[in-house]
Amino acid sequence: MHEAIRQGIGDLTLVRMTPDLIYDQMIGMGLARKLVFSYAGNPGVGLLRRLRDAVENAWPAPLEIEEHSHAAMANAYEAGASGLPCAIFRGYRGAGLAEVNANIRSVACPFTGETLAAVPSIRPDVTFIHAQRADRKGNVLVEGIVGVQKEAVLAAKRAVVTVEEVVDDFTGLHPNLTILPAWTVTAISVVPGGSHPSYAHGYYARDNAAYLEWDEIAADRDRFRSWMEQNVMQRSPDDFAGRVAHLRIAA
Amino acid sequence: MSDFTADEMMTIAASRALKGSDVCFVGIGAPSAACNVARLTHAPDITLIYESGTIGTAPDVLPLSIGDGELCDTALTTVSVPEMFRYWLQGGRITIGFLGAAQLDRFGNINTTVIGDYAHPKTRLPGGGGAPEIATSAQEIYITLSQSKRSMVEKIDFFTSFGHGDGGDARARLGIETRGPTLLVTDLAIWKPDPQTREFTVVSLHPGVSPEQVQATCGWTVAFADRLEETPAPTPLELRTLRDLKARTAAAHRGEAGRGA
Repeated sequence: MHEAIRQGIGDLTLVRMTPDLIYDQMIGMGLARKLVFSYAGNPGVGLLRRLRDAVENAWPAPLEIEEHSHAAMANAYEAGASGLPCAIFRGYRGAGLAEVNANIRSVACPFTGETLAAVPSIRPDVTFIHAQRADRKGNVLVEGIVGVQKEAVLAAKRAVVTVEEVVDDFTGLHPNLTILPAWTVTAISVVPGGSHPSYAHGYYARDNAAYLEWDEIAADRDRFRSWMEQNVMQRSPDDFAGRVAHLRIAA
Repeated sequence: MSDFTADEMMTIAASRALKGSDVCFVGIGAPSAACNVARLTHAPDITLIYESGTIGTAPDVLPLSIGDGELCDTALTTVSVPEMFRYWLQGGRITIGFLGAAQLDRFGNINTTVIGDYAHPKTRLPGGGGAPEIATSAQEIYITLSQSKRSMVEKIDFFTSFGHGDGGDARARLGIETRGPTLLVTDLAIWKPDPQTREFTVVSLHPGVSPEQVQATCGWTVAFADRLEETPAPTPLELRTLRDLKARTAAAHRGEAGRGA
């Protein structure tokens, strides 16, 4: 994502349940046209201030939002991975979002008549995830809090996975681990530390201090811009490893 | 009796409402503190679930985010997020949904979306996350927040999560079969919905709190129960447990402790 920012790839529709600091950065750099999301906070800290500035003041550019609940988006990713046009679930009852988001509709169950919520499935042009490891053939192992990563990959036309490391093979591992076969992944890139300031289960811890610090950086437009210049524009993917060195989990 | 703050009283009073048999969907912030104090004191068998997919988690420090790795490390099992919302929440497995609020009205409706108009908000808040469906799929809802006229309002700006609507049988009219908000714990009092109107009514004042204080920090005209109780003060064990938890958490979030080793 930082590389996308460096290359100035813009006019993007960004989709994520919990747009994190990286989305705050892309929005603040004016690269996002639309955001589909279900929780736009800096978790445990407060708001994403660049996102908020874009929504409240159209700075640096107007941002269209399509807002859902977590349940809706989780179902929509699953529907996308399942090749379905929409997701159906019991949700949004009495919720105000149904009145402001035209993509929240309802259907009657053909068997019981119950009114159920329906949202379009999520079918991204490209999904990016970070995973623990790939093997030499390009199969990908994801473990820990797996979230919607498997669904997001299988719902997308193309998927790019960054990994902590490449190992020879996955022999001897537990048979029920989450594995994405190589043929479901378009490209793999080895970027140790690539999930910073989030964590990689089994590799390094979440950099909670960085999330707290971001709240101050993003509070001011000029400070944000100068931070981005120093920490993103003039850096490379190789810098991520250094950022997590102090968070590494002892072997 | 030791000294304690209103915030500590709130967390401890909320923790007491939880039972060992509960399966609790936990919001970040004050709900998370209350749930973990319950687990570390009178309800060691309580099942805590965070919407990131961790079931039966027992964190040593309070997570800053529902995605903190520690939740997974200490959980009985971790499932995908679609499974969490489909099988476990929508499937009716959650006994208590524990929510915070930016704005709350007397019927337990919650706003965490915007202050002002949705399209042109005065203040954009983070949004609902899992709350819209927690509010209707969990068997009942507990709410905790600090009282202020800004947070406890006559009319919320946006219905992020449905409580008792405009009162009475509003949930039933929408076909919602779960009980909705059954408990509100603030820093001053314990509130329960009136059996008929569903309006939150003060049933217990925390030690040293007067009804006038409760009214002065609430944006609607407060209903008080005929027989007001006094919330028992925190016990030394409850206070020590909460303070130790907060101290461990603060150290970990500053990046001081050698976590995950």
